[in-house]
Amino acid sequence: MMIHLVREAIDHSELTEQVRRSNCGAVVTFLGTVRDLTGDQITTALDYEAYDGMAEAKLSEIEADTRSRWPIGDIALVHRLGRMDVGEVSVAVAVSCPHRADAFAACKHAIDRLKEIVPIWKREHGPAGETEWVHP
Amino acid sequence: MTEIRALLFARLRDLAGCDSVTVEVPSPATVGELRRAISTRVAVLVDWLPRCAIAVDGEYAEDSTVIPPNCELAILPPVSGG
Repeated sequence: MMIHLVREAIDHSELTEQVRRSNCGAVVTFLGTVRDLTGDQITTALDYEAYDGMAEAKLSEIEADTRSRWPIGDIALVHRLGRMDVGEVSVAVAVSCPHRADAFAACKHAIDRLKEIVPIWKREHGPAGETEWVHP
Repeated sequence: MTEIRALLFARLRDLAGCDSVTVEVPSPATVGELRRAISTRVAVLVDWLPRCAIAVDGEYAEDSTVIPPNCELAILPPVSGG
């Protein structure tokens, strides 16, 4: 079974290579990275935690659901947990399909669903050492 | 009545100061009864519970779901992965 949750840096080049298939002319990789500004709020780092077992299961469900909707060659979703500095990659979604329209749509669906249903939470760290959980 | 334990995450855990809460509920209880029991007994979580999902054995559950014996319960505040 694919491991979706990691604590070390995500090797997104390797992830992209993993999903490449000879019958797929399109590969789309989405990276979510730690942003330094939200509105006028400065972020210096984020840390992520998960309800691990359920998060793994929901990520597998999203993969299966995405495969059922588009002609997927392969798909991989990986979310990193723990503390990340600005610019680091917190999440990666790589999808291959025969054609690009499907690859873009499938990748968008997978990251959109991840943000809706996977029990993962981030906490923002500010410049004065203040922290705040993000619960939209 | 029976005692059941529910896991807490993120801001809920910080507010409660612990990673789970144990409350007394009728047996068997529904997810809605668990939600009300926590609202009543754990004052710091009152404002948050209406916005939280509750998972039973790793699946999102409706308030009408009957809680089975020996399951894992979790209170999930709005998620912010990605």
